[in-house]
Amino acid sequence: MTPARFAYLRPDTLGEALAVLAREGEGATPLAGGQSLMPMMAMRMARPALLLDLNRVAGLDGIAVVEGALHIGAMARHATVLAHPLVAAHAPLLPLALREVAHPAIRNRGTLGGSLCLADPAAELPACMLALDATLVLANRAGERGVAAVDFFQGLYATARRADELLVRVEIPLSPGWSPWFAETARRHGDYALAGLAMMCRREAGRITALRIAFLGVEAAPRRLPEVEAAILDSADAAALLPRLLSPLHAEEAPAAWRLHLAQVLLRRAMIGEGRHAAA
Amino acid sequence: MPAIGQSMPRAASRRMVAGGGRYLDDHAARGEWHVAFLRSPFPHARFTLDTAPARALPGVEAVLLAADLAAVCRPWQTTSASFPGLVSPAQTPLADGRATWQGEPVAMILAASRAIAEDAAEAIAADWTELPAITSPEAALAPGAPLVHPGLADNRAWGQEWRRGEPEAAFAEAALVVEERLVFTRHTGVALEPRGAVAEWDGGTLMLRLSHQMPHQMRLHLAEQLDLAVNRVRVICGDVGGGFGLKMHVYQDEMAVAAACRLLSRPLRWVADRMESLMADIHAREHVVQARMAVDAQGMITAMEIDDLQGLGAVSIYPRSSTVEAMSLLRVVGAPYRFAHALGRTTCVLQNKVPTGQYRGVGAPIGCAVTERLVEKAARARGEDSWQFRTRNLLRADEMPRISAFGAALHGLHHHTAMDQAAALIDLPALRAEIAAGRAAGRVLGLGVAVTVEFTASGPAIYGPAGVGVAATDTVVVTLEPTGELSAQASISEIGQGITQGLAQVLADAVGVPASAVQVGAGDTASSPHGGGAWASRGAAIGGEAAWGAGRLLRTQLLEGAAALLQAAPDSLDIRDGAITDAAGVPRMTLAALARTMLFRGHEMPQGVTPGLSATYQYRREADPTLANNGVHAALVEIDPLTGLVRVLRYWMVGDCGRVLNPLLVDGQYRGGVATGIGEALLEACRYDQETGQFMSGTLADYLLPMAPDIPDITLGHVETPYPGSVLGAKGAGESGTCGAPAAVLNAVNDALAAASGGAVTEMPIHPMAVLRALGAMA
Repeated sequence: MTPARFAYLRPDTLGEALAVLAREGEGATPLAGGQSLMPMMAMRMARPALLLDLNRVAGLDGIAVVEGALHIGAMARHATVLAHPLVAAHAPLLPLALREVAHPAIRNRGTLGGSLCLADPAAELPACMLALDATLVLANRAGERGVAAVDFFQGLYATARRADELLVRVEIPLSPGWSPWFAETARRHGDYALAGLAMMCRREAGRITALRIAFLGVEAAPRRLPEVEAAILDSADAAALLPRLLSPLHAEEAPAAWRLHLAQVLLRRAMIGEGRHAAA
Repeated sequence: MPAIGQSMPRAASRRMVAGGGRYLDDHAARGEWHVAFLRSPFPHARFTLDTAPARALPGVEAVLLAADLAAVCRPWQTTSASFPGLVSPAQTPLADGRATWQGEPVAMILAASRAIAEDAAEAIAADWTELPAITSPEAALAPGAPLVHPGLADNRAWGQEWRRGEPEAAFAEAALVVEERLVFTRHTGVALEPRGAVAEWDGGTLMLRLSHQMPHQMRLHLAEQLDLAVNRVRVICGDVGGGFGLKMHVYQDEMAVAAACRLLSRPLRWVADRMESLMADIHAREHVVQARMAVDAQGMITAMEIDDLQGLGAVSIYPRSSTVEAMSLLRVVGAPYRFAHALGRTTCVLQNKVPTGQYRGVGAPIGCAVTERLVEKAARARGEDSWQFRTRNLLRADEMPRISAFGAALHGLHHHTAMDQAAALIDLPALRAEIAAGRAAGRVLGLGVAVTVEFTASGPAIYGPAGVGVAATDTVVVTLEPTGELSAQASISEIGQGITQGLAQVLADAVGVPASAVQVGAGDTASSPHGGGAWASRGAAIGGEAAWGAGRLLRTQLLEGAAALLQAAPDSLDIRDGAITDAAGVPRMTLAALARTMLFRGHEMPQGVTPGLSATYQYRREADPTLANNGVHAALVEIDPLTGLVRVLRYWMVGDCGRVLNPLLVDGQYRGGVATGIGEALLEACRYDQETGQFMSGTLADYLLPMAPDIPDITLGHVETPYPGSVLGAKGAGESGTCGAPAAVLNAVNDALAAASGGAVTEMPIHPMAVLRALGAMA
């Protein structure tokens, strides 16, 4: 378990980092917290020609409210996001989810941007970005572009990030009146989720009038499920739709049928959690 | 105050927790080359290797294949008179042209760094031809099944039938017969420190550092396989980060490191990484068991029958044989209970999987789970509380010694005392009320109980008649230092279980010094005496006796010297707290003064008196092949009926390991053993793809070990019945927790399921999907 040979660069500025990506393209792999990439390299499942270490790049870990949105820098560590008062005030879904992310030692090092760009199907934060309707801001040497979370996650470990781009921050619209719900099931606390559900919803007079949901750990990538959301708004049994709509992943310890079952369990629990009882 | 029986922290703990441990990988040899292995990616394949691309890489010193090592290393083959007719092909350090399990080493790269060696392993041009692979034990026996090894008639490695009394008649006459088929999935031990080897060849002497449980035994194997005089082989086991039975076998990779060092006269280092450990350390406990129990109208067990199918792996592990597990299983069946008729069939098969071996508890956790599942089923069928059913059927202390229907020697077991203590510890009435209230509120709760009998501290009668070179006697050498302290060397191994602390306490009392003045070393064949090392929970029961004997011999010698100097009769003197005293305890001279006189001022000693500052004692137990111990386990579990996840809420264990040398050590072993057993019951599984035979549990994200939140508080109780055949009376403790916990958790889950849905689970580990199916919540 030693990595295959790789070159290593550790720039100090975003400009230098983007220049390297412009030059090296897919040969360069950005290194953020390294909590997934380093083990994958040790197992030689990841074999970057060039490791571009972002940990000395200044200015990528800020957390601030800017023009009606909460901005979180891509290099913000999970532990920082988990404990940040602005996050607690404006995106309380994130602390709920981050408590389920691995263990404290990993959260001290792992980053928001690293988790989003890896796009592990079991990761909590990609699903949260969909539920929060976040915009992911990518930069290259030409400038920045924003990609809606629903468009960013494109499949198993696949995202809309181009080889010359870095994720620099996420922008989460402030959403007064919306409330978060998050839960996941794992064999052991901190394990990769077998199934998880991130949900944001707005209630008026005890009724859900708007919501966004995304599962994690169930399918290859998180996505919105408009039929399910519509069913919930119509007070129909949304969980009953899932067998038709979901294509669950399969593993020896976690077969597809169980993931589907758990997705239904979580959705029904979420409804109960919101004061509504789903038809059993 | 005597040191024996005191809760003294291990002397080594401070160093260990401060990061001062010196494990295998902390030792570097000057000029060493690093080793990596190319391992078979397939469970069964023919192969040819072109090593030229690997040898061409900068930093690669050599790439060795089977033929290279054959020049210096003989093959080895497992045979045992205990398993007549055993079919297990010979093994060589590297597979030669055909790999029979995924992970089997096929080539060995020596390079300037481990990273370069791994680069080279990738660079070897390997041409693999996959062959049909057998992974399931049942498929191995199917007519026309592919053969694990060519030339064999079938995949059957060994089998036996056991019969006592008239089992057929007993079952025919029974008022009640309960039956169950239980499936046990493989698991493996996961030591914090992986296996490895650091080898040096020093002008005729091979020095091998290993992370191992039995340095002397390995020394003999190395000498035999490499054709060296045994006194030209030195094995050193420094701090060892856990053994659990993983580190007591002859492994191809470790032997390859020794052979390559012998071949090339270069220092070599190999330490398994975690992926190698999970794939190439022994696995254990893959069984399919069909069992039944006959009960008469009075609710007395009359007979048990068991049909056990064990998957051994590609060979039966050297030197002890993987079949030991099936024997151990059979011996434990029904052992706590009174019945006369027994029928057992054991079938052990070869498979294209890593070999299995003796792992903490060996077959006992399975034998116990089978027995206790049937006990629960029988009690339930009778509409009776299983506690009452057990109490009636458990052997009373006055019914022993006896040989069980499955041939186990039982002596000194106090089941009813342990049951009474467990009932009090649990507060059974209160717990039952709590469970009833919880169930009424919709919770899915269950209580499971298991009674254990375990056969520990094997004596010479086990491996001796089998013709297997395993030492069951142990030795301690103790020396009085000129400063009055004691230094000792033990043949028992320290693998993290803390036995050297226990031996220090024994030596302290045997001689008459404070325990803090005793230092016990172990693990280096150049300094420690011959003996068995760490296996079968033998440290206290066998090593303790050796320490006591050595201490008493030394005491006699010191009293002889002191008596001569003080012109007193030896039996008028005593040794207390590091000083020679008179019979009333009044100090006459310190041991330091005595030692200095004996060592440095020998001219002052009376003529003809040279008693010596060192004493050696080898302990051999002549009676009782093993020391049976007993225990009672109970687990309270809660099932989440929506997800199928099981949580162990509380756990109780009462154990009787005879005389307790140090309660802290015993409690630590009990708790650790229970944690191992809970992992076995709920989480740990070596999974294989059913079609390709690929190993699917190759990382710790896939092989699920219990973590701190998965283990509840464990309440312990002790019954102390000293073994009457030894001075100290200790029995084994290190595996007891593991022997009972899987059964207790299985029974608890099934108790919860019975109340919730009437369903049951019969496969271990208990997968949440099986729980959901038993609840009727999933198809």
